[in-house]
Amino acid sequence: MWKAEIRVLLKKSVLDPQGQAVENALGSLGYGNVQDVRIGKYLEVSFDAGSRQEAEAQVREMSERLLTNPVIEDYTFELVEE
Amino acid sequence: MKFGVVVFPGSNCDLDAYHLVKDVLGEQVDYIWHQEESVAGFDCIVLPGGFSYGDYLRCGAIARFSPVMKSVVSFAGGGGLVLGICNGFQVLLEAGLLPGALYRNINLQFRCLFTHLKVENLQTPFTVGLEAGRLLKIPIAHGEGNYYADPDTLRRMEKSGQIVFRYATANGEVTDTANPNGSLANIAGVCNEMKNVLGMMPHPERAGEAALGSEDGRLIFKSILKSWEGSR
Repeated sequence: MWKAEIRVLLKKSVLDPQGQAVENALGSLGYGNVQDVRIGKYLEVSFDAGSRQEAEAQVREMSERLLTNPVIEDYTFELVEE
Repeated sequence: MKFGVVVFPGSNCDLDAYHLVKDVLGEQVDYIWHQEESVAGFDCIVLPGGFSYGDYLRCGAIARFSPVMKSVVSFAGGGGLVLGICNGFQVLLEAGLLPGALYRNINLQFRCLFTHLKVENLQTPFTVGLEAGRLLKIPIAHGEGNYYADPDTLRRMEKSGQIVFRYATANGEVTDTANPNGSLANIAGVCNEMKNVLGMMPHPERAGEAALGSEDGRLIFKSILKSWEGSR
């Protein structure tokens, strides 16, 4: 069994209005040193696959077909064997 | 002419679209449940507004894998007319039938108000019946209508006349203050290269009768009828 820990963030070129709002809120709490906040999604997908290589290929496929929108989002992932 | 209004779990503007076509325009219309695998017999498919699949993951991301969408994609590929309104626009983008993406409004607000639309291309089946220079007063109601496309895609779309509607002031000026959601270049509606698929955030089906505050939405459906009649 594999567990993919997938992190999805808006691309750098896409403005993140939620991150901006949180950044401003942190600023008003006195954290004047905060320069950027980006808000994304974290997904855990548990599944069976024959090998690490096969598991990685599947995570990429799932991410590109459904879990992310490649027009506005980037993703990274880690695979944990369970 | 026969319209088909697709119903996903969570659609909520399907009744409005159905009512406009049937009771206001007096044309034929049927609902198409999202589990249907065929759209045979329909001349125009409407993907209505709402919150298909609860907007889980991303707006439209799950609806686009509904059984009916396979036949909508091939219907569109064959030149069939497809109109996506609000959530329907999001579904069309997720399905790859239109370029770009829609995400969270820049002001983080759910905006529900009348907007004025400048029509940028009168040569589409959805705008062919409109007078040049006439603004359309049509309401929006969404939290994720902030349109984005990368610079190359936007340039290509501008060149091929794929930007159909832009948010404007009541005088027809395309300004930042007329932009309700942060959309790139004030974009409110776009079409594909073939011009037979239109996606728009404003709700023409909510502006088809005087009692609703505007009848301008009807003009888009009248254009569809006109172009369909012209193509026969």
